Amino acid sequence: MMSVALKMLFGDRAKYFGIVMGVTLASMVITQQGAIFIGIMTRTYGTVTDTGQGDIWVMDPKVQQIEDIKPMQDTELFRVRGIQGVGWALPLYKGLIRARLDNGQFQNCNILGLDDATLTGGPPGMAQGALADLRRADAIIVDEISANTRLAKPSPEPGGKPIPLKVGDTLELNDHRAVVVGIGRSTRTFQSLPVIHTTYGRATTFVPKERKLLSFVLVKAAPGVDVESLRRRIELTTGLAALTNQQFKDKTVDYFIKNTGIPINFGIAVGLGFLIGTVITGFMFYNFTLDNLRYFGTLKAMGASDATLLSMVILQSLVVGAIGCGLGIGIASFFGARMANTPLAFTMPWQLLAVAAIAVAIICVLSAMLSIRKVISLEPAVVFKG
Amino acid sequence: MSSTNANHPESNGAIHASGRATPSVTPGATPAVVCRGVTKTYGNGTSAVFALRGVDLSVAPGELLMLVGPSGCGKTTLISIVAGVLDHDEGDCVVYGRNLKSMSNAERTEFRGKTVGFVFQSFNLIPTLTVAENIAVPLLIAGSSRAEAIERSRDILGRVGLGDRWNSRPANLSGGQQQRVAIARSLIHHPRLIVCDEPTSALDHKTGHDVMQLMREVALSSGQSLIVVTHDARIFEFADRIARMDDGKIESIDTSGRALAASHGAVP
Repeated sequence: MMSVALKMLFGDRAKYFGIVMGVTLASMVITQQGAIFIGIMTRTYGTVTDTGQGDIWVMDPKVQQIEDIKPMQDTELFRVRGIQGVGWALPLYKGLIRARLDNGQFQNCNILGLDDATLTGGPPGMAQGALADLRRADAIIVDEISANTRLAKPSPEPGGKPIPLKVGDTLELNDHRAVVVGIGRSTRTFQSLPVIHTTYGRATTFVPKERKLLSFVLVKAAPGVDVESLRRRIELTTGLAALTNQQFKDKTVDYFIKNTGIPINFGIAVGLGFLIGTVITGFMFYNFTLDNLRYFGTLKAMGASDATLLSMVILQSLVVGAIGCGLGIGIASFFGARMANTPLAFTMPWQLLAVAAIAVAIICVLSAMLSIRKVISLEPAVVFKG
Repeated sequence: MSSTNANHPESNGAIHASGRATPSVTPGATPAVVCRGVTKTYGNGTSAVFALRGVDLSVAPGELLMLVGPSGCGKTTLISIVAGVLDHDEGDCVVYGRNLKSMSNAERTEFRGKTVGFVFQSFNLIPTLTVAENIAVPLLIAGSSRAEAIERSRDILGRVGLGDRWNSRPANLSGGQQQRVAIARSLIHHPRLIVCDEPTSALDHKTGHDVMQLMREVALSSGQSLIVVTHDARIFEFADRIARMDDGKIESIDTSGRALAASHGAVP
């Protein structure tokens, strides 16, 4: 009888496409908006991702997220180094700096100052140059996207394409000359500001002088030391906050979720997608069942049990759900692939696909429940009513 | 026209369909259907409609009984009860030894699937299935494999003269052909009782005549009983008996369908 159910479904093409489109729309909106939301949230902790060679980030206890810098005294680095179980502890400067471009305009940039000796925390990949070149005088590494866009030099011809920044070019950072020695591949950040890497010592000379300049201490646990215990020990000993990479990411995301309207905006979009999908699919599927009620009645009269009819309706619902969900996710993935090299944030982890599939399953169950009720309560005597 | 008392259901008498086919009624055999004092009321209170007011009826195995009467007299209600698709209020309705009232819903559903075949006024063929698939439905419900069901449906299609249309959709068939398909569907699982609701009302005279002839030949030749609800006097000649209903009761049972047909001017 399941083949009969499928033939009933596929045979009514207009309704079949209508139902599938409803599910497709819902799963596409849920997946696409969800992926953009996750993409944006992933970017909020882009610096943590790129600078994750250590196990623990040590910071001022008042820091709320990665962009919220509350500098510490340089001596905190030595206190951390003195704690038992610390393999290494390195300073990291993170701040904002103003770059003066060739056309006279200014561009705010994120500047990261890496430990002068080890250069730990550099860009995860290099498009041009090498990380070690940061040891040269006035050296900086600029992220690839900004080198091609915000920090690019203006075209000598009016209306021409900007000329990407390349190794050997210079920038003026807060009235200091800086030489581009490399183009790095960094994760885009939430603010999408250019990311400039340099050494810790040089970064503190570029930025205005302040009493406290140390933004973070990156800590690696010694071999065999439990990271969580070390984290707690650092907090107890120094009174500073110490978070693992994942904890710092979570804290950052948590901050953006609680303090910005982003989740509400995307939540509304996802909710609307779910609602519209449910209404369209539910209405079309119910209508499809009503149209076929006479045939369900005929089957019931001819001896089909309620369980058989129930299975038929559920199968029909699951099939349109699976096809619609696949199409929706496919369209969202295509959209994501097309947007891969654009500023659009788009991250589609498997958990999001699972959420979309669950949402579609709920839509299908709700739609099927309406229809099942109608089919089960159907009196087989209806077949004699002409 | 010879009439018998409607309250004597066993008075089957010698039944012949005027040479159209040989009835296969077995004298003394257990009745296919025995209804006694069957009542059915729709609604309640002042809006109650008394559809059946104590109907007694018997149908023998191999008999073709027609139920006739004005609209609203209870014909469809009666075959719905006999076919097990509608509950009755009082009385007993026993079909092939099984009392319908004592069955649970699930038992009655299973009973219908095995024992009853249906032919509907508007055919009720599923438009998205092919002819062969439509005919195969009762077998699929009974749990047969699709391949076996389709093979058997193609066999029976040959018997109703549509062997070459097995892969057509119902919409591509004429009304008469669709009714033949519906008949094939009602027969494929060898039910012992076939109920037909106005099987010829959507057909022209010749087609209706052919359909009834087919039903007599195919169904009755294998000892199946038929109950046909009809307004169509032109097919009375195929009946072994004709039960005339009015106001929820069987007023009379005529044992000569041809005679009644003649009284309606349907037989020259």
